[in-house]
Amino acid sequence: MTNSIEELENSDVILLTGSNTREMHPVISSFIKRGVVSGKTKLIIADPRRIDLVDFADIWLRQKPGSDVAWLNGLMHVIIKEGLYAKKYVEERTEDFDALKKAVSTYTPERVEEISGIPAADLIAAARLYAGAPAAAIAYAMGITQHINGTDAVKSVANLSMLCGNIGIESGGVNPLRGQNNVQGACDMGALPNVLTAYQSVTVPEVREKFAKYWGVKSLPEKPGLTIVETIDAAAKGQIKSLFIVGENPMISDPDLHHVEEGLRKLDFLVVQDIFLTETAKLADVVLPAACFAEKEGTFSNTERRVQRVRKAVEPPGEAKADWEIISEIASRMGYKMKYANAEAIFDEMAKITPSYAGMSYARLENGGLQWPCPTADHAGTKYLHKEKFVRGKGKFHAIEWIPPAEPTDSKYPLVLITGRVLSQYHTGTMTRRSEGLNGLAPECFVEINPIDAQKLGVANGEFVKISSRRGSISAKAVVGETTDVGMVFIPFHYFEAAANNLTIAALDPQAKIPEYKVCAVKVEKVA
Amino acid sequence: MEPAIRIQPGKERQVLVCRGTGCESQKAKVIFDNLEKELDKAGLSGSVETKYTGCHGFCQQGPTIMVMPAGTFYCNVTPDDVAEIVETDLKGGKPVERLLFLDPKTKDRVLTFRDMRYFNPQRRIVLRNCGFINPEDIDDYIAVGGYEGAKKALSMTQQQVIDNMKASGLRGRGGAGFPTGMKWEFANRSVADQKYIICNADEGDPGAFMDRAVLEGDPHSVLEGLIIGGYAIGATKSYIYVRAEYPMAYERTLIAIDQAKKKGYLGKNIFGSGHDFEIKVKLGAGAFVCGEETALIASIEGKRGMPMPRPPFPAVKGVFGKPTNINNVETLANIPVVMTKGGEWFASTGTEKSKGTKVFALAGKITYSGLVEVPMGTPLREIIEEVGGGILNKRKFKAAQTGGPSGGCIPAEHFDVPMDYENLTQLGAIMGSGGLIVTDETTCMVDMAKFFLTFTQKESCGKCVPCRLGTKKMLEILTDVTKGKATLEDLDQLVTLAEDVKNGSLCGLGQTAPNPVLSTVRYFRDEYEAHILKKECPARVCVRLIKFQVNPDKCKKCGQCASACPADAITWKKKEVAQIDSEKCIKCRSCILACRYNSID
Amino acid sequence: MDDKLTLTINGISVRGKKGQTVLEVCRENGIKVPTLCFHPKMPPYGGCRLCIVEIQNMRGLPPSCTTPATDGMNISTHTDRLFRVRRTVLELLLAYGNHNCLMCEKNGECELQNLVYEHGIDSVRFKTTFAPKPVDDSSSMIVRDPNKCVLCGRCVRGCLSVQVNGVIDIAARGSDSFITTFNGGLLNDSNCAFCGECVASCPTGALTPKQSHFKGRPWELKKVQTTCTYCGVGCQLELNVKDNEVVKVTTDPDLGGPNKGSLCVKGRFGNDFINHPDRLKVPLVKKNGSLQESTWDEALKIVADKMGSIKKKSGPDSLAFFSSARTTNEENYLVSKFARAVIGTNNVDHCARL
Repeated sequence: MTNSIEELENSDVILLTGSNTREMHPVISSFIKRGVVSGKTKLIIADPRRIDLVDFADIWLRQKPGSDVAWLNGLMHVIIKEGLYAKKYVEERTEDFDALKKAVSTYTPERVEEISGIPAADLIAAARLYAGAPAAAIAYAMGITQHINGTDAVKSVANLSMLCGNIGIESGGVNPLRGQNNVQGACDMGALPNVLTAYQSVTVPEVREKFAKYWGVKSLPEKPGLTIVETIDAAAKGQIKSLFIVGENPMISDPDLHHVEEGLRKLDFLVVQDIFLTETAKLADVVLPAACFAEKEGTFSNTERRVQRVRKAVEPPGEAKADWEIISEIASRMGYKMKYANAEAIFDEMAKITPSYAGMSYARLENGGLQWPCPTADHAGTKYLHKEKFVRGKGKFHAIEWIPPAEPTDSKYPLVLITGRVLSQYHTGTMTRRSEGLNGLAPECFVEINPIDAQKLGVANGEFVKISSRRGSISAKAVVGETTDVGMVFIPFHYFEAAANNLTIAALDPQAKIPEYKVCAVKVEKVA
Repeated sequence: MEPAIRIQPGKERQVLVCRGTGCESQKAKVIFDNLEKELDKAGLSGSVETKYTGCHGFCQQGPTIMVMPAGTFYCNVTPDDVAEIVETDLKGGKPVERLLFLDPKTKDRVLTFRDMRYFNPQRRIVLRNCGFINPEDIDDYIAVGGYEGAKKALSMTQQQVIDNMKASGLRGRGGAGFPTGMKWEFANRSVADQKYIICNADEGDPGAFMDRAVLEGDPHSVLEGLIIGGYAIGATKSYIYVRAEYPMAYERTLIAIDQAKKKGYLGKNIFGSGHDFEIKVKLGAGAFVCGEETALIASIEGKRGMPMPRPPFPAVKGVFGKPTNINNVETLANIPVVMTKGGEWFASTGTEKSKGTKVFALAGKITYSGLVEVPMGTPLREIIEEVGGGILNKRKFKAAQTGGPSGGCIPAEHFDVPMDYENLTQLGAIMGSGGLIVTDETTCMVDMAKFFLTFTQKESCGKCVPCRLGTKKMLEILTDVTKGKATLEDLDQLVTLAEDVKNGSLCGLGQTAPNPVLSTVRYFRDEYEAHILKKECPARVCVRLIKFQVNPDKCKKCGQCASACPADAITWKKKEVAQIDSEKCIKCRSCILACRYNSID
Repeated sequence: MDDKLTLTINGISVRGKKGQTVLEVCRENGIKVPTLCFHPKMPPYGGCRLCIVEIQNMRGLPPSCTTPATDGMNISTHTDRLFRVRRTVLELLLAYGNHNCLMCEKNGECELQNLVYEHGIDSVRFKTTFAPKPVDDSSSMIVRDPNKCVLCGRCVRGCLSVQVNGVIDIAARGSDSFITTFNGGLLNDSNCAFCGECVASCPTGALTPKQSHFKGRPWELKKVQTTCTYCGVGCQLELNVKDNEVVKVTTDPDLGGPNKGSLCVKGRFGNDFINHPDRLKVPLVKKNGSLQESTWDEALKIVADKMGSIKKKSGPDSLAFFSSARTTNEENYLVSKFARAVIGTNNVDHCARL
């Protein structure tokens, strides 16, 4: 997030898209709802599903899945055409406005209506509302990113925000709501194939040299590595022979699970380090028992870049150990001496070579944590980014064209599948499905289906149906209701026994390599 | 009192048929329809105007018909009487004797309302038009000077209007008696983009119905009051909060608003003054506590009707967080007159600190119950003996309970007290909204306190602990007293708890709920002690403490008890003391009520 | 403009700020005024009548939680008159409820219990005919015991004003009032999101987390502040530990962090996986096609040897590492360091995109 969670309570307008916030980030949703009910905030929601928060929205745009770039461009088309954009801001703080202007010029409300299904009048109303706000925030989640043009959609979101002068101001900004406790931190730490900590690129020789020296090795590899989905592909092709998995469960979380299993089985050596014997761990050659968050010290970085302490409350069960201890031991056994007295020592080592964390220490994180960038020990942290000046200098507009989703529906697979989560379950369910209360609230997989489609298929609420794509099929209980639109179904992906990712397509965004979880073609059949 | 009478030009006479809630419930509509039919039959339609009106207050004698300009007043009229009235009076020129009012003292029939002891001592400002104009016809109101006050106010400055109101000395008639002019000044001083003025028509005191009578009989006077008040404080929006139990008041208010809008008296640029003013009607859901200002505000906002502590006062932060002024119906109905005749004129009536008149709802052991409007300071004795015709069955006056469930009682030793705010407060009673319940020696004061506390305990919103649980505990003790199960320690606890509830409660409901208890303990402690120590109810009301035995020393052997008994439990022979068979007795108290000599123990 | 106020409280001159309530000024100046329905996260209510004070030139006993502080106010917080009302309030609550601390989960951290003690109440004057109501035990997370409810409305305000869910409200009037779900059904059949804001707000044992029942008294529990392990909000919470077991999660607005004392169902009620019997306790090694219990020494030796030999045979880029968005920063840093410095590959990623 460029801005902080608490700022959302004071935004004049929030454009919320691709985020079922009330279920995925309930605590953030309460900030938004408080703003709305206090009369301060006007809420625009763009979501194909009629999510709960629509009850709080002033305008709800129901776009067709995969049309985000189009309607975002449409908003900008209206804003530019009606002269509602922040002219001074655009002039002083951004570049390439003309390219943007040209790119969005063809996205008239009428054309956008054709692509996205959003009525032209609604689009215009939303554009005026957003552009008219002194401080407007955009919040989004995987509904925007999990598409083959996810990167484009994110850039479009940034374009829109800059166009109206909302980046670098309080209660504005571009705010991706991150779905995992430490996904921000994992990225910050360089658990990515192309960057080291704080997004220092592996392709920059100076960076590699600095790190090699710091880590006491001769050199570091310069070729960017493989992403998760690429790794699975490479494994299937026999190019990857050993895979070490720490706390991940690709056998549920990754697209096209048949393909994932094929890849994992082909490996010469698979190590899984986890807290439970997950579906993935069952395929491993060696399984290492890890401590969970309550059993170790450390830090997590949240979606608003806030680094906060994780503290040990109980001892791990049996012989389980903290992940850092296990990694250190393996490294030492492989001839690289890695010995840390505690997690704090690792943090201090990391902070020294990570500019945005350089001013942090466990002592400083005691009261409520710190938000990066925090470059020096006397820096108070950063509530919102790009204040007065963009990090890169001028804010760059990107000219983006809309492209259709990878797998259009057809007569054989006539429905669009959207996957996602539900409130009481979390990701692959490793933890939540073992929590009595949580699992009790949503114990089994289901497929949301519109009453009109249900009637066509002769399916009643609560009946079991078979859902199939070109890649596989699962069966689940039908939940008939208006949440999903006609021609669309929704399935949560938490359930190993009916894993939605048996159906999804491994089509990737060419830049971010993110799979298109939010659109693939399926069919639904009544189970006899 | 002489109301403004306006007979349609070209007509000689006018027949007014009361169609307030009381008369309407006894077929006033049929009477009105019959009247038109009979006049037509008699060929009098051309010369006699018919009109239906709201309530003039004398509901006990309803349905009523008045013939104007003579003022002939017919009581207890049935639909079948109409033909006779038309034939004998309107055609024959002679009054229908048997339907005329019977003076309780002289036993004479009284011809006109002007001569009736019930109306004669009254002085009507609030009820000036009630019973005399058609509440569903704005022109009728205008013809008697209606909306002149609003026009006058709009030609003055806001401060002038407020000053005039202050000069009048008018105090809020809803109960607390806060000076209206000062209230307006506070709201006027609050700075905001929007202000509200609200009419509190959530009349809830048991027995009080003057607000209903005004809205049913003269709704435009309330609208006019709101227009004037709205202008004075700078409010352009207004609500009338009417309880849902008043469907007729609600209907007639809506009709009145509609007519006023059409005349340009409501809406944009009213009376061409540049001032905007709109009125919405909000229906209450029957919670007594919603008469409390902050609960009423919450209810208008769509929230559960629960009070909030003040400050902040509504004049600073009221409905939707905006400055809000709330006036009661009776207060508002005074205002047009205060405007047209001037504050000084208004202040010439009443006592030093209580100006104008007050409408009382007479009820209880009194000959004539109904609404009466008298100058502030009128002695209680005059209200009861003159206007109300005295105590029923020649029994003895014991006390008057004023102010309903928030009030207290005035015992016989203060029978001559001039009724104004200060005197009542000093006696531990309050003016309240004007409920006046008369009691005699057949009223048990413990039972009456229990009656009011049952009401407040039920109507407590439940928000604050003293009111929610304190009144419950008090009621439990009172119930024990009436069953002879309480001790003197319980009585002490009742009084201590009453004081704590009074001091500790959040809103007026809880703060005043103990008043009936404290007041009756103050003046009638002996009755409580009789229940507790002698296990006896002196008024023979508390059934559990009545023996249902005839006292041979007192019995006059009249046999009234035996004929009143519905269970054939009483045997009586001429010149013998009656006997009650306890096996058959159902303890209904019919015998006690029938016995004039208090001879049943 | 100067927004400073000078007030006199109990004869002592204190400072306050414009916009503060009398209670806020008292608290800031270390003057303890008893409260029950007050909660710092919620709009004031003024219902319990415990924080009443006496203010010169003001009628009655205004509640300090709703009364705006003004310059020159002369306030008394602990007079006999106030004490008498407060004591009556507390005794009434005790008389019309089931407040048996011996059999209450909240014993030791109950605000009512504390207040009763602080007011020196050792018996209740009022004998009543209190009839207990049924307990709502329908949910596997929250137990609602109306007999311990003091109707302070904190749960209702927590649900409506803090979480903006509005699942519960007060129904009926007067002494019949009770907290209800929509249509009066069981909590489990309502549209409750089980965020537990109500549980965290409840001053008595009326709302308690079911999982922790009989797992430990408050004074036996060690509270460890940490960051929630679920979504990316990073809520601060306290793990309550007894005998090396997490038995409960609590929150406090003072913990800092983004959540200001609020949580969702996962953070508040979803931590029982920690004690789940299926947790991995020893390393497992595949032998003859099935995973078998092993020792750390054996397992780590296999891992180091095997990865070493594959690197030697097929080069560093034939190895790959999936790090985790659910492990700590320190651990992600080490996995990256391990892949790059020890193995020599950039094949390291995690589930950011999934």
